Amino acid sequence: MTGLVATDLTLWRGPNCLFEDLSFAVAPGSMLLLRGPNGSGKTTLLRVLCGLTRPETGKVAWRGESIDKNRQAFGAELAYFGHTNGLKADLTVTQNLAFAAQMYSQSGNQIPVLLDALNLSLCAKLEARYLSAGQKRRAALARVLMSGATVWLLDEPVTNLDAAGREYVLDRLRSHVADGGLAIAATHEDIRLTNEAADEILLGDDL
Amino acid sequence: MNLGRFFMAIVRRELQIAFKHWGDLVSPLMFFVLVTTLFPLALAPRHEVLRNLGPAVLWIAALLATLLSLNALFRADVEDGTMEQLVISPYPLTLAILGKTVAHWLLNGLPLVILAPLMAVTYYLPPQGVSALALTLLLGTPTLSLLGAAGAALTAGVRQTGGLLALLVMPLMLPVLMFGARATSLAGGGEQITGPIYLLGALLLLALSLLPFAAAAAIRVSLD
Repeated sequence: MTGLVATDLTLWRGPNCLFEDLSFAVAPGSMLLLRGPNGSGKTTLLRVLCGLTRPETGKVAWRGESIDKNRQAFGAELAYFGHTNGLKADLTVTQNLAFAAQMYSQSGNQIPVLLDALNLSLCAKLEARYLSAGQKRRAALARVLMSGATVWLLDEPVTNLDAAGREYVLDRLRSHVADGGLAIAATHEDIRLTNEAADEILLGDDL
Repeated sequence: MNLGRFFMAIVRRELQIAFKHWGDLVSPLMFFVLVTTLFPLALAPRHEVLRNLGPAVLWIAALLATLLSLNALFRADVEDGTMEQLVISPYPLTLAILGKTVAHWLLNGLPLVILAPLMAVTYYLPPQGVSALALTLLLGTPTLSLLGAAGAALTAGVRQTGGLLALLVMPLMLPVLMFGARATSLAGGGEQITGPIYLLGALLLLALSLLPFAAAAAIRVSLD
């Protein structure tokens, strides 16, 4: 299998079983939505897929190899947009993004364009601590958008975005998937890239 | 980007951030200066008393100053999510941890190495004692930073650590303290200190080769 394959994932948090024997596969060029009420384990599942949290049973494989054994190779193709923004409060938005660009071996040239598209160009030279919550989210999103990674794992990517920002992100998602990228998004909102609804996994009570 | 440049990028970013918080940077050093200044004032002002106690006081103050600076080593990174990004980055987490530890030593250990010989003047340490102090601190403080990094990594996920970190790493720091302080006083008495110096060097190499891996593993557990 070429894509991201999860087999028999089980994870308990305290007395709650978040998911049991969950298996799915996402091929490059497609998107998967994770749905479910708050606390149903969407974020945790995303963290398992990144390799940040270990499932009790089961494994996640990327391009046929377990991500535990191939951390760095997987890391080079992975961009994760989590609950936390991963921005250093003391560095400017541009400095934060330049560091991320270095990490993904990307040139920093696209940063101004991205900031402009996300309506952040006025904040480019501001320290991240002075940004509003929504602006921080957008700056964190810029990191994913410029990563050049194949796998995007997104936690609520369009929540808190204004209409224009949302449209831009959906646009980028569309072209990412069209270029053979793979996206998994945990969301409460209806994200549609095409007219048909994307594949979904429903987490929560009915598992 | 190759591994070396990644390492340098981490160190540079740490320094850049640290210099925005002068207060945090200076307070462990202030502590060191205050403690080492107060001792001669409180003790009997006799040369031999000060000369006997000096190495121990200077080394203990250096160790406690290092401990003071350790608590926040990884806390901020875990809270703002940059640690998560380093964990899933294409580069070894061990290298990132080592970079942060090196930055910690540059900001804390190295200033102590420079300050201690100045403070040694108030203890009437002879020149051999002063150079031994600088040398033992130069070999010892990186070991302290590495031990502290491993401890800070273990406690990074704990909300209220209190004295936990100190309890955890203090016993491991004791050999460094004992050999460092003892070598300094031996050198002050005009004796050979090649043995303790080699031992401090060996401890540093051991710490350097094992602890970054341990700290990286501990960070993974803390984030899980």
